[in-house]
Amino acid sequence: MADRPLQDPARRAAESAVRNAYGRILALLAIRSGNLAIAEDALAEALARALVAWPQSGVPEKPEAWLLTTARHLVIDTARKKSTEASRKADVRLLLEESEAEMMAGDSLPDERLKLLFVCTHPAIEPGMQAPLMLQTVLGLDAARIASAFLVRPATMSQRLVRQKSALKMGGIGFEVPGREEWPDRLNAVLQAIYGAYNAGWEDHANASLAEEALFLATLVNQLLPYEAEAAGLMSLILHCEARRDARRDAAGRFVPLDRQDPAGWNAARIAEAERVLGTALRMGNIGRFQLEAALQSVHAARRITGQTDWASILAIYDRLIAVSPALGAMVGRAAAIGRVLSPEAGLEALDSLPGDRVAQYQPYWATRAHLKALMGSTSAAQKAYRMAIGLTSDSAVRNFLLTQLAQLG
Amino acid sequence: MQYAILFYESAEDFAARQDPARADYWQGWASYSGTIGQSGKLAGGAALQGPETGATLKAGTVQDGPYADTKEQLGGFFMVEADSLEEALEIAARAPTAGTGAVEVRPVLPMTQGEG
Repeated sequence: MADRPLQDPARRAAESAVRNAYGRILALLAIRSGNLAIAEDALAEALARALVAWPQSGVPEKPEAWLLTTARHLVIDTARKKSTEASRKADVRLLLEESEAEMMAGDSLPDERLKLLFVCTHPAIEPGMQAPLMLQTVLGLDAARIASAFLVRPATMSQRLVRQKSALKMGGIGFEVPGREEWPDRLNAVLQAIYGAYNAGWEDHANASLAEEALFLATLVNQLLPYEAEAAGLMSLILHCEARRDARRDAAGRFVPLDRQDPAGWNAARIAEAERVLGTALRMGNIGRFQLEAALQSVHAARRITGQTDWASILAIYDRLIAVSPALGAMVGRAAAIGRVLSPEAGLEALDSLPGDRVAQYQPYWATRAHLKALMGSTSAAQKAYRMAIGLTSDSAVRNFLLTQLAQLG
Repeated sequence: MQYAILFYESAEDFAARQDPARADYWQGWASYSGTIGQSGKLAGGAALQGPETGATLKAGTVQDGPYADTKEQLGGFFMVEADSLEEALEIAARAPTAGTGAVEVRPVLPMTQGEG
């Protein structure tokens, strides 16, 4: 992680203000016009005009209002050109004027971003495109940056984003908060997409600030839905992981695994916030996958106070996590915890019970296997597993760490 | 669908090939090709000797070394079987020199189209 662009609090605040404004304005434009693509184009054009106008005339007193008004006129123009029905034109104009009046009345724009989050994760959107669409519409990230994080050609990512937006339009999918019966699945889709964006940022160290964008989204959802335990769980999970970001590399840029990190290098403020949010979530009495994953991180974070890691608690949490959500990552994590609590042999037995076709190209499986085999003194089996883990790693710092481990086996 | 993955390596990476203190260079490549082989997707490839060892024919003249005088030079290539460019990119991203050089992914032109 060569670049740490968000260390500077002033810059972080500025970026956060832009992210806030972008999603709020786009949400209003998209809801009122019913067309996400047209709303995006209009906002992009309004931002471009602002870059020309503001340096000359000064930043307006209410920059968000200026952007919304400018974009609103552009949406009306587009609707006028495209629509053949006079009545539809009038509707668009009326609705947009109404939103402007609402906005002028208060200090800030009404926040309709929840509807935007739900549209981006509507079942009509391809599962793999939900996180990219959310990053583009809610945060205004450009397609090229999203493409890099998801390892897709920028041109392909742009085309796919356009296709998803026309699918919404063709399907007549409205900008609305889902009803009670759909709620659990639809909320889960929103949280999954944010977690997907976070994982893309986690793996891609050249693009580390994507993780920060995902944290922003998780914080936003928690703010918009303060009584959803899993939304709080996701926010806590990301905060915990981000608290350790700097500690994952030493001064020379080498990877430092969690158990060798110095807790003094963890971000205490973020851990405190993660703990507070998790505490609130758990008191709601509606346990779920993200809260359990956050709880795992919470146990690790406790090492800064106790000086040791409570592996028995970690194992117990993994057992519950797998009962709720049997993901491969959790099963490998559980095997590693068994390796700590019981014995490397027992951990290996747990690994061996996992389906061979699913773990064959799964890096964490091989890294865990290599570690356990090395502890057992099975050098050649450990070497074989390290080679697999090395070949499946895309993060060069992690690869170098594993290469060193392999070399030390002799 | 077959894709060619072309590895462009830095001068430091080329130097590491000969450096006894950089055994990790070849270990990284052996592990990488091993995992692609294990996945059943490896369809061929070769490592190339350094750019200074070859020559280029250009418009009737012979010049020393590589075609383009760029910072990174072609160090080798793999042919892989993949369902999509994204899958090939995912394999390319794991190349040991992906962080220090460049990796290019190109779909292979099916021979029936080339012969037409």
